[in-house]
Amino acid sequence: MTIVSFIISLVCFTIFAPLLGGLLAGVDRKITARLQSRVGPPLLQPFYDVLKLWNKQKWTVNSYQGFYILMSLVFAIISGVIFFAGGNFLLVVFVLTLSSLFFVIAAYSTRSPYAEIGAEREIAQVMSYEPMVIMLCVAFYLGMDVLNGVSNPGVFDTSAVFALDRPLITCLPLIFVGFLFILTIKFRKSPFDLSYSHHAHQELVKGISTEMSGRTLALVEVTHWYENILFLGWTGIFFVWGNWLAIPIAIVALLVVYFLEIFIDNNFARVKWGAMLRWSWIVTLVCVTVNLVSLNWHWLG
Amino acid sequence: MTATAKSPWLLHYDASSCNGCDIEVLACLTPMYDVERFGIINTGNPKHADIFLVTGSVNEQNIKVLQQIYEQIPDPKVVIACGICACTGGIFRECYNTLGGVDNAIPVDVYAPGCAIRPEAIIDAVVTGLGILEERRSALKENRLAPRPVVTDVTAAAKIVDGVRVDEAVKAALEV
Repeated sequence: MTIVSFIISLVCFTIFAPLLGGLLAGVDRKITARLQSRVGPPLLQPFYDVLKLWNKQKWTVNSYQGFYILMSLVFAIISGVIFFAGGNFLLVVFVLTLSSLFFVIAAYSTRSPYAEIGAEREIAQVMSYEPMVIMLCVAFYLGMDVLNGVSNPGVFDTSAVFALDRPLITCLPLIFVGFLFILTIKFRKSPFDLSYSHHAHQELVKGISTEMSGRTLALVEVTHWYENILFLGWTGIFFVWGNWLAIPIAIVALLVVYFLEIFIDNNFARVKWGAMLRWSWIVTLVCVTVNLVSLNWHWLG
Repeated sequence: MTATAKSPWLLHYDASSCNGCDIEVLACLTPMYDVERFGIINTGNPKHADIFLVTGSVNEQNIKVLQQIYEQIPDPKVVIACGICACTGGIFRECYNTLGGVDNAIPVDVYAPGCAIRPEAIIDAVVTGLGILEERRSALKENRLAPRPVVTDVTAAAKIVDGVRVDEAVKAALEV
Protein backbone atom coordinates (compact mmCIF):
# COMPACT_ATOMS: atom_id res chain seq x y z
CA MET A 1 0.00 0.00 0.00
CA THR A 2 1.57 3.27 -1.14
CA ILE A 3 0.45 6.85 -0.56
CA VAL A 4 -0.85 6.98 -4.14
CA SER A 5 -2.86 3.78 -3.88
CA PHE A 6 -4.25 4.92 -0.54
CA ILE A 7 -5.46 8.24 -1.93
CA ILE A 8 -6.97 6.63 -5.03
CA SER A 9 -8.69 4.05 -2.83
CA LEU A 10 -9.89 6.76 -0.43
CA VAL A 11 -11.58 8.74 -3.19
CA CYS A 12 -12.95 5.81 -5.19
CA PHE A 13 -14.14 3.70 -2.27
CA THR A 14 -15.72 6.59 -0.34
CA ILE A 15 -17.64 7.82 -3.38
CA PHE A 16 -18.46 4.68 -5.35
CA ALA A 17 -18.91 2.03 -2.67
CA PRO A 18 -22.21 3.43 -1.28
CA LEU A 19 -23.58 3.84 -4.81
CA LEU A 20 -22.66 0.27 -5.65
CA GLY A 21 -23.74 -0.97 -2.24
CA GLY A 22 -27.13 0.72 -2.50
CA LEU A 23 -27.65 -0.75 -5.95
CA LEU A 24 -26.67 -4.14 -4.57
CA ALA A 25 -29.24 -3.73 -1.80
CA GLY A 26 -31.83 -2.85 -4.44
CA VAL A 27 -30.94 -5.93 -6.48
CA ASP A 28 -31.15 -7.98 -3.27
CA ARG A 29 -34.69 -6.79 -2.55
CA LYS A 30 -35.77 -7.29 -6.15
CA ILE A 31 -34.43 -10.86 -6.33
CA THR A 32 -35.89 -11.67 -2.90
CA ALA A 33 -39.27 -10.41 -4.10
CA ARG A 34 -39.08 -12.45 -7.29
CA LEU A 35 -38.17 -15.57 -5.28
CA GLN A 36 -41.33 -14.91 -3.25
CA SER A 37 -43.51 -14.51 -6.38
CA ARG A 38 -43.78 -10.76 -5.85
CA VAL A 39 -42.83 -7.86 -8.09
CA GLY A 40 -40.61 -6.07 -5.58
CA PRO A 41 -39.54 -2.45 -5.18
CA PRO A 42 -37.64 -0.45 -7.85
CA LEU A 43 -33.88 -1.01 -7.95
CA LEU A 44 -33.17 2.44 -6.54
CA GLN A 45 -35.46 1.90 -3.52
CA PRO A 46 -32.64 1.83 -0.92
CA PHE A 47 -31.60 5.31 -2.06
CA TYR A 48 -35.19 6.55 -1.65
CA ASP A 49 -35.25 5.00 1.83
CA VAL A 50 -32.04 6.74 2.90
CA LEU A 51 -33.17 10.09 1.46
CA LYS A 52 -36.52 9.79 3.21
CA LEU A 53 -34.84 9.01 6.52
CA TRP A 54 -32.54 11.97 6.02
CA ASN A 55 -35.56 14.29 5.83
CA LYS A 56 -37.30 13.03 8.97
CA GLN A 57 -37.56 15.07 12.14
CA LYS A 58 -34.41 14.98 14.25
CA TRP A 59 -35.32 12.80 17.17
CA THR A 60 -32.76 11.04 19.32
CA VAL A 61 -32.86 9.42 22.72
CA ASN A 62 -29.55 10.98 23.71
CA SER A 63 -26.98 13.27 22.15
CA TYR A 64 -24.14 10.76 21.68
CA GLN A 65 -25.93 7.95 19.82
CA GLY A 66 -25.52 9.80 16.53
CA PHE A 67 -21.80 10.25 17.24
CA TYR A 68 -21.31 6.51 17.83
CA ILE A 69 -23.09 5.67 14.59
CA LEU A 70 -21.02 8.26 12.71
CA MET A 71 -17.85 6.67 14.12
CA SER A 72 -19.13 3.25 13.07
CA LEU A 73 -19.54 4.58 9.51
CA VAL A 74 -16.12 6.31 9.50
CA PHE A 75 -14.28 3.19 10.60
CA ALA A 76 -16.13 1.00 8.12
CA ILE A 77 -15.00 3.41 5.37
CA ILE A 78 -11.40 3.40 6.66
CA SER A 79 -11.43 -0.41 6.74
CA GLY A 80 -12.61 -0.57 3.12
CA VAL A 81 -10.14 2.06 1.98
CA ILE A 82 -7.22 0.14 3.49
CA PHE A 83 -8.42 -3.12 1.93
CA PHE A 84 -8.85 -1.78 -1.58
CA ALA A 85 -5.58 0.17 -1.36
CA GLY A 86 -3.76 -3.15 -0.98
CA GLY A 87 -3.08 -2.69 2.72
CA ASN A 88 -2.66 -5.07 5.62
CA PHE A 89 -5.55 -7.53 5.87
CA LEU A 90 -5.16 -7.87 9.64
CA LEU A 91 -5.50 -4.10 10.05
CA VAL A 92 -8.63 -4.16 7.88
CA VAL A 93 -10.21 -6.75 10.20
CA PHE A 94 -9.34 -4.87 13.37
CA VAL A 95 -10.67 -1.53 12.10
CA LEU A 96 -13.91 -3.24 11.01
CA THR A 97 -14.27 -4.80 14.47
CA LEU A 98 -14.00 -1.31 15.97
CA SER A 99 -16.77 -0.17 13.62
CA SER A 100 -19.07 -2.98 14.75
CA LEU A 101 -18.29 -2.23 18.40
CA PHE A 102 -19.37 1.39 17.92
CA PHE A 103 -22.68 0.12 16.51
CA VAL A 104 -23.19 -2.04 19.62
CA ILE A 105 -22.31 0.80 21.99
CA ALA A 106 -24.74 3.11 20.18
CA ALA A 107 -27.53 0.66 21.00
CA TYR A 108 -26.43 0.20 24.64
CA SER A 109 -26.27 3.97 25.15
CA THR A 110 -30.04 4.24 24.69
CA ARG A 111 -30.76 1.98 27.69
CA SER A 112 -33.88 0.64 26.00
CA PRO A 113 -34.66 -3.06 26.62
CA TYR A 114 -35.17 -3.91 22.95
CA ALA A 115 -31.99 -2.14 21.93
CA GLU A 116 -30.04 -3.85 24.72
CA ILE A 117 -31.16 -7.35 23.74
CA GLY A 118 -30.48 -6.47 20.11
CA ALA A 119 -27.00 -5.29 21.09
CA GLU A 120 -26.40 -8.54 23.02
CA ARG A 121 -27.40 -10.54 19.95
CA GLU A 122 -25.10 -8.40 17.83
CA ILE A 123 -22.26 -9.24 20.20
CA ALA A 124 -23.16 -12.94 19.86
CA GLN A 125 -22.97 -12.49 16.09
CA VAL A 126 -19.55 -10.85 16.35
CA MET A 127 -18.39 -13.71 18.61
CA SER A 128 -19.63 -16.18 16.03
CA TYR A 129 -17.82 -14.77 13.03
CA GLU A 130 -14.65 -13.27 14.58
CA PRO A 131 -12.78 -16.61 14.98
CA MET A 132 -13.33 -17.41 11.30
CA VAL A 133 -12.34 -13.90 10.22
CA ILE A 134 -9.12 -13.99 12.28
CA MET A 135 -8.40 -17.45 10.88
CA LEU A 136 -9.06 -15.99 7.43
CA CYS A 137 -6.17 -13.59 8.02
CA VAL A 138 -3.95 -16.46 9.21
CA ALA A 139 -5.00 -18.60 6.24
CA PHE A 140 -4.35 -15.68 3.86
CA TYR A 141 -0.81 -15.37 5.24
CA LEU A 142 -0.13 -19.12 5.09
CA GLY A 143 -1.76 -19.44 1.67
CA MET A 144 0.39 -16.64 0.28
CA ASP A 145 3.40 -18.36 1.89
CA VAL A 146 2.60 -21.64 0.14
CA LEU A 147 1.74 -20.10 -3.23
CA ASN A 148 4.70 -17.76 -3.33
CA GLY A 149 7.18 -20.45 -2.40
CA VAL A 150 10.59 -19.84 -0.86
CA SER A 151 11.20 -16.71 -2.95
CA ASN A 152 8.65 -14.56 -1.12
CA PRO A 153 7.50 -15.12 2.45
CA GLY A 154 3.85 -14.92 3.45
CA VAL A 155 2.37 -11.44 3.56
CA PHE A 156 -0.76 -9.77 4.87
CA ASP A 157 -0.93 -7.19 2.08
CA THR A 158 -4.01 -7.71 -0.07
CA SER A 159 -2.28 -6.30 -3.16
CA ALA A 160 0.06 -9.31 -3.19
CA VAL A 161 -2.72 -11.50 -4.70
CA PHE A 162 -2.13 -9.83 -8.07
CA ALA A 163 1.34 -11.39 -8.19
CA LEU A 164 0.17 -14.97 -7.67
CA ASP A 165 0.35 -17.80 -10.24
CA ARG A 166 -2.94 -19.31 -9.17
CA PRO A 167 -5.81 -18.00 -7.01
CA LEU A 168 -6.00 -18.54 -3.26
CA ILE A 169 -9.06 -20.75 -3.55
CA THR A 170 -6.92 -23.50 -5.08
CA CYS A 171 -5.07 -23.94 -1.79
CA LEU A 172 -7.76 -22.67 0.65
CA PRO A 173 -11.01 -24.32 -0.52
CA LEU A 174 -12.26 -25.29 2.94
CA ILE A 175 -11.35 -21.90 4.36
CA PHE A 176 -13.60 -20.45 1.63
CA VAL A 177 -16.43 -22.75 2.69
CA GLY A 178 -16.02 -21.66 6.32
CA PHE A 179 -15.91 -18.06 5.17
CA LEU A 180 -19.16 -18.53 3.20
CA PHE A 181 -20.80 -19.84 6.36
CA ILE A 182 -19.98 -16.76 8.41
CA LEU A 183 -20.62 -14.47 5.43
CA THR A 184 -24.33 -15.12 6.05
CA ILE A 185 -23.86 -13.56 9.49
CA LYS A 186 -21.89 -10.62 8.14
CA PHE A 187 -24.48 -9.87 5.42
CA ARG A 188 -27.21 -10.02 8.11
CA LYS A 189 -29.18 -12.69 6.30
CA SER A 190 -31.46 -15.39 7.69
CA PRO A 191 -30.81 -17.69 9.55
CA PHE A 192 -28.36 -15.36 11.30
CA ASP A 193 -30.16 -12.00 11.20
CA LEU A 194 -30.72 -12.02 14.95
CA SER A 195 -29.82 -8.51 15.95
CA TYR A 196 -32.31 -6.59 13.88
CA SER A 197 -33.72 -8.77 11.09
CA HIS A 198 -32.73 -6.46 8.29
CA HIS A 199 -34.98 -8.10 5.74
CA ALA A 200 -37.88 -9.43 7.76
CA HIS A 201 -38.22 -6.05 9.44
CA GLN A 202 -39.53 -7.10 12.82
CA GLU A 203 -37.60 -8.83 15.59
CA LEU A 204 -37.73 -7.41 19.11
CA VAL A 205 -39.46 -4.41 17.53
CA LYS A 206 -36.33 -3.53 15.54
CA GLY A 207 -33.64 -4.96 17.84
CA ILE A 208 -30.39 -3.07 17.92
CA SER A 209 -31.78 -0.23 15.78
CA THR A 210 -35.00 0.27 17.78
CA GLU A 211 -34.04 3.68 19.15
CA MET A 212 -32.40 4.91 15.97
CA SER A 213 -34.42 7.09 13.65
CA GLY A 214 -34.03 9.68 10.94
CA ARG A 215 -30.46 10.57 10.00
CA THR A 216 -28.93 8.09 12.45
CA LEU A 217 -30.80 5.24 10.80
CA ALA A 218 -29.85 6.55 7.35
CA LEU A 219 -26.17 6.38 8.38
CA VAL A 220 -26.64 2.81 9.66
CA GLU A 221 -28.02 1.81 6.27
CA VAL A 222 -25.12 3.48 4.42
CA THR A 223 -22.62 1.74 6.75
CA HIS A 224 -24.12 -1.58 5.68
CA TRP A 225 -23.67 -0.66 2.02
CA TYR A 226 -19.97 0.07 2.61
CA GLU A 227 -19.55 -3.15 4.62
CA ASN A 228 -21.26 -5.26 1.95
CA ILE A 229 -18.85 -4.00 -0.71
CA LEU A 230 -15.95 -4.76 1.65
CA PHE A 231 -17.20 -8.31 2.24
CA LEU A 232 -17.57 -8.85 -1.49
CA GLY A 233 -13.96 -7.73 -1.72
CA TRP A 234 -12.96 -10.38 0.81
CA THR A 235 -14.82 -12.96 -1.28
CA GLY A 236 -13.06 -11.67 -4.37
CA ILE A 237 -9.47 -12.09 -3.10
CA PHE A 238 -9.99 -15.86 -3.18
CA PHE A 239 -10.45 -15.68 -6.95
CA VAL A 240 -7.87 -13.14 -8.03
CA TRP A 241 -4.41 -13.91 -9.39
CA GLY A 242 -1.91 -12.39 -11.79
CA ASN A 243 -3.95 -12.84 -14.98
CA TRP A 244 -6.44 -10.50 -16.68
CA LEU A 245 -8.97 -13.37 -16.66
CA ALA A 246 -9.07 -13.07 -12.88
CA ILE A 247 -11.29 -9.98 -12.94
CA PRO A 248 -14.27 -11.42 -14.86
CA ILE A 249 -13.95 -14.73 -13.00
CA ALA A 250 -13.93 -12.93 -9.66
CA ILE A 251 -16.98 -10.85 -10.63
CA VAL A 252 -18.91 -13.96 -11.66
CA ALA A 253 -17.89 -15.66 -8.41
CA LEU A 254 -19.12 -12.64 -6.40
CA LEU A 255 -22.49 -12.66 -8.16
CA VAL A 256 -22.88 -16.39 -7.55
CA VAL A 257 -21.98 -16.00 -3.87
CA TYR A 258 -24.37 -13.07 -3.41
CA PHE A 259 -27.19 -14.93 -5.10
CA LEU A 260 -26.44 -17.92 -2.86
CA GLU A 261 -26.74 -15.66 0.20
CA ILE A 262 -30.11 -14.34 -1.02
CA PHE A 263 -31.25 -17.91 -1.68
CA ILE A 264 -30.21 -19.01 1.83
CA ASP A 265 -31.96 -15.94 3.27
CA ASN A 266 -35.23 -16.97 1.67
CA ASN A 267 -35.06 -20.60 2.68
CA PHE A 268 -34.04 -20.58 6.32
CA ALA A 269 -35.74 -19.31 9.44
CA ARG A 270 -33.88 -17.35 12.05
CA VAL A 271 -32.03 -19.51 14.62
CA LYS A 272 -31.35 -18.85 18.29
CA TRP A 273 -28.06 -17.21 19.17
CA GLY A 274 -26.77 -20.40 20.83
CA ALA A 275 -27.23 -22.39 17.65
CA MET A 276 -25.54 -19.68 15.58
CA LEU A 277 -22.53 -19.54 17.93
CA ARG A 278 -22.20 -23.31 18.20
CA TRP A 279 -22.45 -23.99 14.45
CA SER A 280 -20.16 -21.12 13.47
CA TRP A 281 -17.45 -22.33 15.82
CA ILE A 282 -17.85 -25.99 14.74
CA VAL A 283 -17.59 -25.04 11.06
CA THR A 284 -14.64 -22.75 11.79
CA LEU A 285 -12.81 -25.44 13.78
CA VAL A 286 -13.30 -28.15 11.19
CA CYS A 287 -12.62 -26.09 8.07
CA VAL A 288 -9.61 -24.27 9.47
CA THR A 289 -7.97 -27.33 11.03
CA VAL A 290 -8.39 -29.58 8.00
CA ASN A 291 -7.38 -26.95 5.44
CA LEU A 292 -4.37 -25.51 7.27
CA VAL A 293 -3.00 -28.87 8.39
CA SER A 294 -3.28 -30.32 4.88
CA LEU A 295 -1.63 -27.17 3.53
CA ASN A 296 1.29 -27.54 5.89
CA TRP A 297 1.87 -31.28 6.19
CA HIS A 298 5.30 -30.59 7.65
CA TRP A 299 3.57 -29.46 10.83
CA LEU A 300 2.83 -33.10 11.54
CA GLY A 301 6.56 -33.91 11.36
CA MET B 1 -42.80 12.74 -5.93
CA THR B 2 -39.94 13.12 -3.51
CA ALA B 3 -38.13 10.31 -1.75
CA THR B 4 -40.49 10.72 1.22
CA ALA B 5 -43.46 9.55 -0.82
CA LYS B 6 -41.45 6.82 -2.53
CA SER B 7 -40.52 5.14 0.73
CA PRO B 8 -43.48 5.24 3.11
CA TRP B 9 -42.94 2.95 6.05
CA LEU B 10 -46.13 1.81 7.76
CA LEU B 11 -46.78 1.18 11.40
CA HIS B 12 -49.86 -0.91 11.93
CA TYR B 13 -51.61 -0.89 15.31
CA ASP B 14 -54.65 -2.94 16.22
CA ALA B 15 -56.62 -0.85 18.73
CA SER B 16 -59.61 -3.08 19.48
CA SER B 17 -60.17 -4.60 16.10
CA CYS B 18 -61.70 -8.02 15.53
CA ASN B 19 -58.54 -8.61 13.39
CA GLY B 20 -60.51 -8.64 10.15
CA CYS B 21 -58.99 -5.33 9.01
CA ASP B 22 -55.58 -6.44 10.35
CA ILE B 23 -55.65 -9.50 8.14
CA GLU B 24 -56.47 -7.31 5.16
CA VAL B 25 -53.56 -4.98 6.04
CA LEU B 26 -51.21 -7.96 6.11
CA ALA B 27 -52.77 -9.27 2.91
CA CYS B 28 -51.48 -6.13 1.21
CA LEU B 29 -47.97 -7.44 1.79
CA THR B 30 -48.66 -10.76 0.10
CA PRO B 31 -47.82 -11.45 -3.57
CA MET B 32 -51.41 -10.74 -4.63
CA TYR B 33 -51.21 -7.00 -3.82
CA ASP B 34 -47.49 -6.59 -2.94
CA VAL B 35 -47.27 -3.05 -1.59
CA GLU B 36 -43.49 -3.36 -1.32
CA ARG B 37 -43.37 -2.39 -4.99
CA PHE B 38 -44.30 1.11 -3.77
CA GLY B 39 -41.48 0.99 -1.25
CA ILE B 40 -43.90 0.31 1.59
CA ILE B 41 -42.50 -1.71 4.48
CA ASN B 42 -44.44 -2.84 7.50
CA THR B 43 -42.19 -1.77 10.34
CA GLY B 44 -43.04 -2.50 13.95
CA ASN B 45 -41.17 0.49 15.31
CA PRO B 46 -42.89 3.89 15.61
CA LYS B 47 -39.51 5.60 15.42
CA HIS B 48 -39.02 4.20 11.92
CA ALA B 49 -42.56 4.84 10.65
CA ASP B 50 -44.14 7.52 8.44
CA ILE B 51 -47.70 6.28 8.15
CA PHE B 52 -49.70 5.10 11.14
CA LEU B 53 -52.38 2.60 10.16
CA VAL B 54 -54.90 2.07 12.93
CA THR B 55 -57.63 -0.57 12.94
CA GLY B 56 -60.33 -0.99 15.56
CA SER B 57 -61.94 1.56 17.85
CA VAL B 58 -60.64 3.32 20.92
CA ASN B 59 -61.43 2.27 24.47
CA GLU B 60 -60.23 3.13 27.96
CA GLN B 61 -57.44 0.55 27.76
CA ASN B 62 -55.84 1.51 24.49
CA ILE B 63 -56.31 5.27 24.36
CA LYS B 64 -53.06 6.02 26.20
CA VAL B 65 -51.20 3.44 24.10
CA LEU B 66 -52.47 4.96 20.85
CA GLN B 67 -51.47 8.44 21.97
CA GLN B 68 -48.02 7.28 23.08
CA ILE B 69 -47.31 5.49 19.82
CA TYR B 70 -48.55 8.49 17.83
CA GLU B 71 -46.24 10.81 19.77
CA GLN B 72 -43.26 8.52 19.18
CA ILE B 73 -43.53 8.74 15.40
CA PRO B 74 -41.22 11.49 14.12
CA ASP B 75 -42.59 14.08 11.67
CA PRO B 76 -43.70 14.10 8.91
CA LYS B 77 -46.41 11.58 9.72
CA VAL B 78 -49.90 10.67 8.54
CA VAL B 79 -52.61 8.75 10.41
CA ILE B 80 -54.95 6.51 8.47
CA ALA B 81 -58.02 5.03 10.17
CA CYS B 82 -58.59 1.67 8.47
CA GLY B 83 -61.99 0.10 8.69
CA ILE B 84 -65.25 1.55 9.93
CA CYS B 85 -64.43 0.78 13.59
CA ALA B 86 -61.39 3.02 13.41
CA CYS B 87 -63.33 5.72 11.57
CA THR B 88 -66.46 6.00 13.73
CA GLY B 89 -66.67 2.96 15.98
CA GLY B 90 -68.45 0.82 13.41
CA ILE B 91 -71.08 -1.61 14.67
CA PHE B 92 -69.73 -1.21 18.20
CA ARG B 93 -70.45 2.50 18.17
CA GLU B 94 -73.11 2.55 20.91
CA CYS B 95 -71.38 0.03 23.15
CA TYR B 96 -70.60 1.04 26.71
CA ASN B 97 -67.03 -0.19 26.44
CA THR B 98 -65.87 1.77 23.41
CA LEU B 99 -65.12 5.47 22.94
CA GLY B 100 -65.74 5.38 19.18
CA GLY B 101 -63.40 6.18 16.33
CA VAL B 102 -59.65 6.73 16.54
CA ASP B 103 -60.10 10.50 16.12
CA ASN B 104 -61.18 10.54 19.77
CA ALA B 105 -57.55 9.89 20.66
CA ILE B 106 -55.28 11.16 17.89
CA PRO B 107 -55.74 13.44 14.86
CA VAL B 108 -56.68 11.37 11.81
CA ASP B 109 -55.81 12.37 8.26
CA VAL B 110 -57.46 9.72 6.11
CA TYR B 111 -60.68 7.86 6.90
CA ALA B 112 -60.97 4.56 5.05
CA PRO B 113 -64.22 2.76 5.84
CA GLY B 114 -65.02 -0.88 5.25
CA CYS B 115 -65.85 -4.00 7.21
CA ALA B 116 -63.39 -5.48 6.64
CA ILE B 117 -61.59 -2.89 4.56
CA ARG B 118 -60.48 -4.29 1.21
CA PRO B 119 -56.75 -4.29 0.38
CA GLU B 120 -57.49 -2.12 -2.66
CA ALA B 121 -59.11 0.44 -0.33
CA ILE B 122 -56.11 0.28 2.04
CA ILE B 123 -53.74 0.95 -0.86
CA ASP B 124 -56.01 3.78 -2.02
CA ALA B 125 -56.00 5.28 1.48
CA VAL B 126 -52.20 5.02 1.72
CA VAL B 127 -51.79 6.73 -1.66
CA THR B 128 -54.09 9.55 -0.47
CA GLY B 129 -51.98 9.73 2.68
CA LEU B 130 -48.82 10.02 0.57
CA GLY B 131 -50.06 13.30 -0.87
CA ILE B 132 -50.59 14.66 2.64
CA LEU B 133 -47.18 13.28 3.68
CA GLU B 134 -45.48 15.19 0.87
CA GLU B 135 -47.16 18.43 1.94
CA ARG B 136 -46.08 17.86 5.54
CA ARG B 137 -42.52 17.14 4.43
CA SER B 138 -42.22 20.46 2.60
CA ALA B 139 -43.82 22.19 5.56
CA LEU B 140 -41.30 20.57 7.90
CA LYS B 141 -38.44 21.61 5.65
CA GLU B 142 -39.66 25.22 5.67
CA ASN B 143 -40.26 25.13 9.43
CA ARG B 144 -43.97 25.79 9.06
CA LEU B 145 -45.29 22.38 10.12
CA ALA B 146 -48.26 22.92 12.42
CA PRO B 147 -48.21 20.59 15.43
CA ARG B 148 -51.13 18.18 15.62
CA PRO B 149 -51.40 17.17 19.27
CA VAL B 150 -53.27 14.23 20.68
CA VAL B 151 -56.81 14.70 22.02
CA THR B 152 -56.56 15.69 25.68
CA ASP B 153 -60.20 16.05 26.71
CA VAL B 154 -61.41 12.62 25.69
CA THR B 155 -64.72 12.75 27.51
CA ALA B 156 -65.76 15.84 25.60
CA ALA B 157 -64.54 14.43 22.28
CA ALA B 158 -66.28 11.12 22.83
CA LYS B 159 -69.40 12.82 24.17
CA ILE B 160 -69.43 10.98 27.49
CA VAL B 161 -72.01 12.28 29.95
CA ASP B 162 -72.39 10.70 33.41
CA GLY B 163 -70.17 7.83 32.38
CA VAL B 164 -72.37 6.98 29.41
CA ARG B 165 -71.57 7.70 25.79
CA VAL B 166 -74.24 9.94 24.35
CA ASP B 167 -74.77 9.83 20.65
CA GLU B 168 -77.38 12.34 19.55
CA ALA B 169 -77.96 10.76 16.18
CA VAL B 170 -78.65 7.36 17.74
CA LYS B 171 -80.81 8.87 20.47
CA ALA B 172 -82.84 10.79 17.94
CA ALA B 173 -83.27 7.66 15.82
CA LEU B 174 -84.38 5.62 18.84
CA GLU B 175 -86.88 8.18 20.04
CA VAL B 176 -88.88 8.14 16.87
